[in-house]
Order: sequence, then C-alpha cells, then structure tokens
Amino acid sequence: MATLTAKERLAIPRQEMPTQEPDVRNANFEEVALGLTWEMAKLEAERCLQCAKPHCIEGCPVGVLIPQFIKALREGDLLGAVQFMKERNNLPAICGRVCPQESQCEAYCVLNKKGQSVAIGRLERFVGDFELRERTSPPVPAPPTGKRVAIVGSGPAGLTCAVDLARLGHKVTIFESLHRPGGVLLYGIPEFRLPKSIIQAELQVAVDYLGIEIRTDHVIGSTYTVDELLAEYDAVFLGTGAGLPSFMRIRGINLNGVMSANEFLTRVNLMKGYRFPEYDTPVKVGHRVAVIGAGNVAMDAARSSLRLQQMHRAHNGSGPAEVHIVYRRSRDEVPARAEEFHHAVEEGVICDFLTNPIEILGDEKGNVREMRCIHMQLGEPDASGRRSPIPIDGSEFEMSVDTVIMALGTSPNPIVFTDAQGLQRTKHGTTVADGDTGRTTMRRVWAGGDVVTGAATVISAMGAGKRAAADIHRFLSDPSVWP
Amino acid sequence: MYRIVEKQVLSDVTKLIVVEAPHVTRRAKAGQFVIVICDEQGERVPLTIADHDQAAGTITLIFQEVGKSTMQLGMMEPGEGLFSVAGPLGHPTEIENYGTVVCVAGGVGIAPMYPIARDLQAAGNRVISIIGARNKELLFWEDRMRAVSDELIVCTDDGSYGRKALVTVPLKELLEARGHDIARIWAIGPTIMMKFVSQTTQPFGVPTIVSLNTIMVDGTGMCGGCRVLMNDGARFVCVDGPEFDGHQVDWANLLSRIQFYREEEQLAVAQWQQETAGQGRQAETAGVGGGV
Repeated sequence: MATLTAKERLAIPRQEMPTQEPDVRNANFEEVALGLTWEMAKLEAERCLQCAKPHCIEGCPVGVLIPQFIKALREGDLLGAVQFMKERNNLPAICGRVCPQESQCEAYCVLNKKGQSVAIGRLERFVGDFELRERTSPPVPAPPTGKRVAIVGSGPAGLTCAVDLARLGHKVTIFESLHRPGGVLLYGIPEFRLPKSIIQAELQVAVDYLGIEIRTDHVIGSTYTVDELLAEYDAVFLGTGAGLPSFMRIRGINLNGVMSANEFLTRVNLMKGYRFPEYDTPVKVGHRVAVIGAGNVAMDAARSSLRLQQMHRAHNGSGPAEVHIVYRRSRDEVPARAEEFHHAVEEGVICDFLTNPIEILGDEKGNVREMRCIHMQLGEPDASGRRSPIPIDGSEFEMSVDTVIMALGTSPNPIVFTDAQGLQRTKHGTTVADGDTGRTTMRRVWAGGDVVTGAATVISAMGAGKRAAADIHRFLSDPSVWP
Repeated sequence: MYRIVEKQVLSDVTKLIVVEAPHVTRRAKAGQFVIVICDEQGERVPLTIADHDQAAGTITLIFQEVGKSTMQLGMMEPGEGLFSVAGPLGHPTEIENYGTVVCVAGGVGIAPMYPIARDLQAAGNRVISIIGARNKELLFWEDRMRAVSDELIVCTDDGSYGRKALVTVPLKELLEARGHDIARIWAIGPTIMMKFVSQTTQPFGVPTIVSLNTIMVDGTGMCGGCRVLMNDGARFVCVDGPEFDGHQVDWANLLSRIQFYREEEQLAVAQWQQETAGQGRQAETAGVGGGV
C-alpha cells in the first residue's frame, strides 16, 4: 500500500475481530475471538498515526514498543514486528488476549478521543500468534553466569521473571504447587478466552530454549520453605498470586451448590471438568445459576456456566437454563474487561445490577433452593472512587437459584510464608515489596504480581515480574546493591 | 512420574502402596496428607500419609476402593507411576505429652491413625487404641497398632473378629470407667463414625480431635470446596485442618456436602467398570489368537 495521508488513515474503520457466533459459541469451549487475518492486521496497522510523541507506550505496564511494532507490521515486516514486540514482552499471544487494553494502551491512543483507538491488543495478538506458529526468533540465553534463581509460582509474574533471568544466563528453577504450570492462566482463565495450547507453547519455549526447569507438585512453604530455597539458590522470587477465595458473610454459604469461582473455574479449566467423565473431575451447574460479582472472574464463571448448561441440554433435552450476574453496583461500575462483559451479554447472561444477596436458602437435603436479595442504590464515591452501594429498605426479594458462584475477589495464599518470619506482610495478607525493584523485607527475596498487589491483572503481574528480574540481575552481578 | 515400589492387598477393597516421593518425605509429619493423581485425565485425590521412610524417600498410602479413582489406583502395580503427588499438606497432628489418650480408628482410618498413635506414644503418652471395621476381612495393621499402643481394643460390626461392637461402645465404657484420666481423644474413620465418636465423648467433656475427609480439588486453600462449618464459622479442611475439634463440627452439613457429587461418582464408577471389563474381554480374545 502506498503511503497514506492522515485523513486517509482516519477513514479506515477499526477492524473488528471475527468471532464465533454467540448462539454457537455458548455451547462449546472453543476460543471465541478468532484473530485478525493478515489483511485485516495490515489495514488496522495503517490506522496508526505514528505520533511524534506516542502516549500508548505509557499505558503499557511493560512498555511495549507499540508504534515501532505497528510500523513494521504495516510495512509487511512481520519478523521486525516480532522483534520489537519481544524486546519488552515475552508473552504477546497471552497479553493480546487478556489485557484490559481499553484502560491501558488503547486508552492513551490519540484516536481514542473519537472512541476509535488503534486496536493495539488485536495487533499484539496477531504478532504473538504468528511467532508461536513460526518461531522466527526464539530466545537465545546469554552465557551461563553460574547463578541460580528459584521462582515460586508459574503464573504471569513468575513466568515473566523466569524468562527474563534465563535470557540473561542465570539458571532458573520454577516451583509450581499444582500438577501443571501456568498458574491463573491455566486454572483461572477459560479455554474459550485463552486456549491452553497457547500457554503450553509459551512454557515449552521457556523449557526448550532457555533451559528453565519446572518442578510441579511443589507447594513452597510446605514441600520446601523459603529459607530452604535461600540455602540453595542465590535469589528467590515469589509470584504466588492471590489464590484464596472470599465468601460472603451471609447465611447459607455452606449449602450444596454454593461454591467459589476459584473452585468452579479450577474444575472447568485445570481439571477439564467440562469433559467429564472422559476426565475424572466432575463439575456441576444447575438450571438457574447466580454468579455474585462482575469482574473478569465473574464473567468467566458465568460464561462457563452457560456453556455447561447448553452442553447438558444437548445431552438431556430441555429444561430451564439461566445464568445471572448479580452485582451490587450498576452497569457503569462493572470492573470486567469491556470485551468480556460484551461477550457475556451477547451469549445470554442476564445481569441483575444494584442487587445484593443477603441470605441463601436451602431445601431439606441441604441443596440451594433460592437466594434472598435486596435492591441497592448508589451513594457517594468510596475510597476506591466508585459510588458505594446502599441497600434500599424494604426491597428484599427471593430469586430462585440452584447454583451460587461467588466471584468476590481473592487474596494471597499464606502457605508460602510458613516459617518465613522475615517476610513482612500487610493486614490484607499481601507481601510488602518495593514497587520499582520487587525487593521484600527479607534479603535475597523478591516478590511481584497479585501476592503484592492483591488480585489485579495478568499484565501488571508481568510488569512486576520484569522489574524484579532486572533488579535480581543487578544484584546477581553485584550483591552490594542489596547489602 | 512417581513410581510405585511396593503394593499390598490388605483386603478385596483395601490396598497399600509405597510410592517414591522424596520431596514429600523430607518434611512429612503425622496427620498430614498428599494429593495424588493417577494419570493425565485423573482427578486430585487427597490421601493421608500412613507412613514415610526418610532414607528411601517413600510414602505409604492406604486407600479403600470407593470410587473410580481409587479403583484405578488399586489396579496399579509396582513399577507403574502416579502422574502427580503433591505435599505434605495440612497441619500435622499436635503431638505433646497429654497423659492418657485414646485413638479410635475405623476401617481405612486405621492407616492415618498409626503414625499419630506411634508419635503420641513416643512423646510419652499412655495410648489406648480402639480399632474397628465392618468385618474381619476389612481389618488391617492390628499388629502395627498393637506395637504403638499400651492397650488395644479390636472390634468388628458383625463380630467376625474381636468384640462384636461399634467402636463407640468400648469407647463409652472407657470414658465411664476412667474418663477423668483421659486427656484427649483422636478419631479417624468414616464421617458418620467420627460424628458418633464426637457425640459419645461430648458429655464427658474430653477434647476430641477428628481428621476430616471432604471434597477437595487443589488441597492448598484455593478452591474452598472442603469448607466445613464449625460453631464459629467456616474453615477449610485442607489448610486449617485436616484435624478439628469434633465437638465444634456441624456434622449434618458435612454429611450433606460429601454427597454432592454422588451421581457423578456413580456414573464414573459404572463407566470405569465397563471399560475395564471391556479390556479384560479384549485380552481374552487376543489370548486365543483370533480376533473378532
């Protein structure tokens, strides 16, 4: 394509991602968004104005060289695009799928003023998928330094930290408590949003090209303590995430049919419960599901519930099938990624906004029968800047449900801190760590991701893993930087 | 892969396996458990560690074949390997010198009770053990339990061996005869047995520790499927337990929760039996050199 004028670029419509049709995809676990074609990606790349002072990079927690990779793309230089991408981001195929771009890079795009920012996330995914298929520039590790680093947790923070350190020539061992690596990418995010094959492919690169060793079935704090790791390794990075589920403090939470989104999603994603009995772990949803909360995890749980209901119906004929999102605030405060909420509604999830459960009621066998709720209204903004919900007196009502999934956020798992007295924690259970370096209060121990921030995003965890890797490398090169 | 190095058939439905898992052995203590997975399609099954050998790097697991996964595990032979073994998980038993203690174990619960009784005796306690099973065939490790107990009472439900009684009967007699001497009681076995043991000891006010076995996925506090209601709120069996004060447990809730996947469990068993029966037939056909 000849060089375009700015006006011509502005005339190109934002390229929509092809997806499976809503009434098809809500009955399967295949990926929803199918990815841009080469033609679409080139056209989308033409929309970028190549600003003299680009702001998009500021919006990226790992500082991806956005204008550079987009320029390479529109020049047809896919290899160049990959190289620009990999300079800052090791996992573009993952980030392109799960980052909340609308509040990060794309929010800073100059075209966003008209609501038509360049689809940076979709282009990132395009580049990431190309590289996963073609392997044009596999990472090459620097000569061995002889230093050994233990990474605890194989989620986005741990994996990013591990890859960066291994590229610098350090010998990296990842300890994972579950039987498969990937952390929340694996147990939390469903196949229809992030296929397991993508995670597997990225992990394979880490093992094959960078010599990273992954030890599954190792629950640090129990199998080995942090102190024991310090005795064997030069540095330890904690990327253990926020794995503990929260339950509402209301009556009836122990009835059969009430579960955490963590349990539900782990059964579906990690254990492949949607393929029971081919896989041994069962997962059960009823005819009327209420998911409490409206974050990404709530959307994942709601959309997985829909799919299980449809698959069940295909087997056992009809019957009522409803999935509700029950959220105490309004549409405007929904914390989920825009695309996830949009997809959930398209697929048939019903939203009950300004609604809060106050009690779950069971039948004589101890199974959930209904949920007593109260309507809410919005008051003044709270500490988080969101308007706080206030119950409306006398507005209580019962909603008929047989499954209640609590998606109310998670907090760090304390097991890793067993016998690690030097590691200071906040009252929320998160680890105290320096935001720039990831250093904890225990020498030679770094931390990053949800274990420090509480439940946040994949990309912010990756950013923390990256910053910690840089500081660990400084320390390994010269231990006097952390006396 | 974690290799099975030894297998014993303790009864038709009770098997013992010794598994190489040196990462678990290092810090394993009485009362803790592991999560095992048979193969890549398998589910995560919590099993209490019945014994471990530091030098050999092995753990001993005893299980009753009650579902598809334990049936599959029961068919595995030495030389074969488990896909996953994670642990040690949960809090260890609080071993102290309490004075006189009673260890009540029912059925397959005898396995996890053995290291607890052994360590309690080693700590200076006078250990009275009561072990029971439905019948003689299901009873095992009587000799081992005798070796670590100052007194041992054996009973079966049907009277085919030892005393014909439920374990709660000799327990109640003990409490009536010398209840003031007994400092603490442990009970491990089927949920219903632990419930009745707790009810038996409650009027005597003797602290009673039960080791709960609930539905569980990860075993590290992530899923909360194992939550059990206590008088003062919910607890996770995997990270807060597995041992709890039996007088605080909401037994009705627990008994209902462990039934939640009953239909699915039955379906999985039926399918497994069909598959393994099918394999048997194929082997026979191949054996006669024909093929269909």
